[in-house]
Amino acid sequence: MRELMTGAQAIVRGAIDAGCDFFAGYPITPATDILLYMLHELPKVSGTAIQAEDEIASMGFCIGAAMTGKRVLTATSGPGISLYSENIGLAIMGEVPMVIVDVQRMGPATGGATTVGQGDIQFLRWGTSGGYPVVVLSPTNAPDCYNLTCRAFDLAERFRIPVFLATDKEIALTLVTVEEDELIRFPVRKRQVVSQENEFIPYKTSPTNQVPLFSPFGGSHLLRFTTSTHDEYGQLTKNPAKVRLLNERLASKVEDSIDEISLVKSDLVDGADILIISYGVTSLAVAEAVQIARQAGKRVSCLAVQTLWPVPEKEIRAALHGVRKVIVPELNLGQYRLEVERLVRDGVEVLGVNRVDGELISPQEILHQGGLL
Amino acid sequence: MTDQTVLSYLDENLLPFFFCPGCGHGMITEQLNAALVKLQLDPHKVVIVTDIGCSGLADKYFTTNAFHGLHGRSVTYATGIKLANPELKVIVLMGDGGCGIGGHHLINAARRNIGVTVIVFNNFNYGMTGGEHSVTTPMGGLTSSTPFGQLEKTMDICQTVAVNSASFTARTTSFEKSLPDMLAAAIQNEGFSLVDIWELCTAYYVPNNRFNKSMLLSSLDQLGFKTGILQHTPRAEYTQAYRESVALQAGKPAMPAHPIQARYRSDLDKRMGMVIAGAAGKKINSAASLFCRAAVLSNLWVSQRNDYPVTVKSGHSVSEVILSPEQIGYTGITKPEVLLLLFKEGLPAVKSQLDMMDEQGIVYANSELLPIHTRARVVPLGFKKSDTWAAKKEYWVIIALARLLLDTNFFPLDAFKEAVSGRAEFADNNLRAIEFALRLSA
Repeated sequence: MRELMTGAQAIVRGAIDAGCDFFAGYPITPATDILLYMLHELPKVSGTAIQAEDEIASMGFCIGAAMTGKRVLTATSGPGISLYSENIGLAIMGEVPMVIVDVQRMGPATGGATTVGQGDIQFLRWGTSGGYPVVVLSPTNAPDCYNLTCRAFDLAERFRIPVFLATDKEIALTLVTVEEDELIRFPVRKRQVVSQENEFIPYKTSPTNQVPLFSPFGGSHLLRFTTSTHDEYGQLTKNPAKVRLLNERLASKVEDSIDEISLVKSDLVDGADILIISYGVTSLAVAEAVQIARQAGKRVSCLAVQTLWPVPEKEIRAALHGVRKVIVPELNLGQYRLEVERLVRDGVEVLGVNRVDGELISPQEILHQGGLL
Repeated sequence: MTDQTVLSYLDENLLPFFFCPGCGHGMITEQLNAALVKLQLDPHKVVIVTDIGCSGLADKYFTTNAFHGLHGRSVTYATGIKLANPELKVIVLMGDGGCGIGGHHLINAARRNIGVTVIVFNNFNYGMTGGEHSVTTPMGGLTSSTPFGQLEKTMDICQTVAVNSASFTARTTSFEKSLPDMLAAAIQNEGFSLVDIWELCTAYYVPNNRFNKSMLLSSLDQLGFKTGILQHTPRAEYTQAYRESVALQAGKPAMPAHPIQARYRSDLDKRMGMVIAGAAGKKINSAASLFCRAAVLSNLWVSQRNDYPVTVKSGHSVSEVILSPEQIGYTGITKPEVLLLLFKEGLPAVKSQLDMMDEQGIVYANSELLPIHTRARVVPLGFKKSDTWAAKKEYWVIIALARLLLDTNFFPLDAFKEAVSGRAEFADNNLRAIEFALRLSA
């Protein structure tokens, strides 16, 4: 059976099916639909949704709620991510599971509110002090919005980190036909908690699990949460050995699990000498361009990157095998191209197809600029 | 929950306090402990939230839950904790610095009447970063960032939240013997409470200004700032009000699926890109959605992307619709097969698409907007000839779409009739618009 839905609706449905029970946000085009749906829908599952006084408070509310055990979501656009920035760092440091949707619009600054863009891709990764890793997932269409929202909650709960869903105005607001079986209800793992009988040390980890076990505010243990450099007990420390352990773990708990986090959609053909790497809305044009090029006898592969961060290097390297030219279409001036460039062998050409005028990149532009015709 | 009387909520192992000699912070921390002992709250149900500044060092001494976050944001974390678990007693300890950088949150927490208690450690300067001026530095006060005296007026924290309907406000000093009672009353208030406690910063404000207890007291007098409980007007606490307001929603299906069973057939054998160019407020987007629904009812795949300026009630409104017998990927339309030009506001937005169209394309155009420059075949739509009812511009898009179906049979008109009848309040007029299209084409 088919349905009509927007990416925003798919995200909200995915969040609810993933057990989301808390949302705080602040209106911003083109992310407002998610706020409005959550305000209507969360009370139906006994959850709480609220419009906060600004983006900073939205993040603060979500972080507080997450530490009582809620599965939290917030949604904004680029200018809002700027205001989220300090609390993104807090969520990394305090190990707060949360899902943050960025419905990208054209920047910089207030930019184009109702105009598509993909300009936040490096910002999401590096937009907070310290430079510690986050996970960024990017859906390529409406069903992917549903599926990756579920995945985002799972990864957030599993690793106790902020997980971003980087989408854009086009995918979030375009109404499309969806086949029901395209929506895959990915099971969301529960945050690992300490049982009542066991001792609880808020930031203690074990050699086999780099993610500390959880106990919520109001639970059977006392929770000491802090975002200053801290020891296992959540007490402030400047002891270099302890600080180093903490900071290295914040990176390695994500980076050591890259295989579990990496998601790509690959369409590779044997002997292809051209590879097109894309993400998000641009992948739709790529798929069409590849189809046309193949009909014209070209051997072209394509890779849609769904996990933008951490960079799925293994998958990208595998797709690069034997390739002479890589085309990276993006609605920015070449942000993810930087990641591709550092993965290619010497002599491989990396070509960007870029637009920053608010229009989508068309399949024809990829074919022409990529030299595929 | 312990059945035993709690004698202290402070961790004796960490005492004495790490504050500067003579600093008011230790006195307030002790008085808060006395208030908690008085109230005998379950430590597991208490969360002490702090942020940056010397006041942010206080949470570590308490054998309750603790949250230490970013400067000025403690009220937001506290709000999230309370919203998520209203049974918790959430107490914020913040400095006058936090009241400055987080003033917006204070005001809104008061308006919202969220059930948290804010205790302000107010020592008129930033004690942790080197004694810079804060929102409460008295006029003329010497600080590291007001070397020639403070020129800005002192913020009245209590009044600031009081005019925004805080249900409990109080002001006092760290020297006040009855402070535990005042703090206990603030914590017991169900809604938003704030206690502004004036105290001495012996590291900076005291030496820089030869300041002391008696000057602190005389500053209160000079400013006309009253002490004691200043406001206590209980009203519905936010989490309770929220739960009442959403009570009837519980258990309803959230984001239910709306599957569309294909009941009609379409003979369309290739992808059709359509552009509907109109004006804001003329139901372009909503009519396009109904058209899409009708196409899905006819077993087609669709996409609909809308373009409009940020001012949704003025300017252009353009919907791009793709119909296809197969799944649609890329949703852009460079060269439309069909373009409906209904209002002049839409013309500039679709000019390049009109230029791209060739002789194979069709443009249905409001005859008032003719002539237009395009190689496509132009079909004029004479809305002006319409009867008084159909002159309503918000039905023109339905009329034009019905006319398109009559001419092209992309999918059956009956599917469109079914789609436009989905909402009873609009069904009659929508169906009349389709009847009018039939007459217009006859």
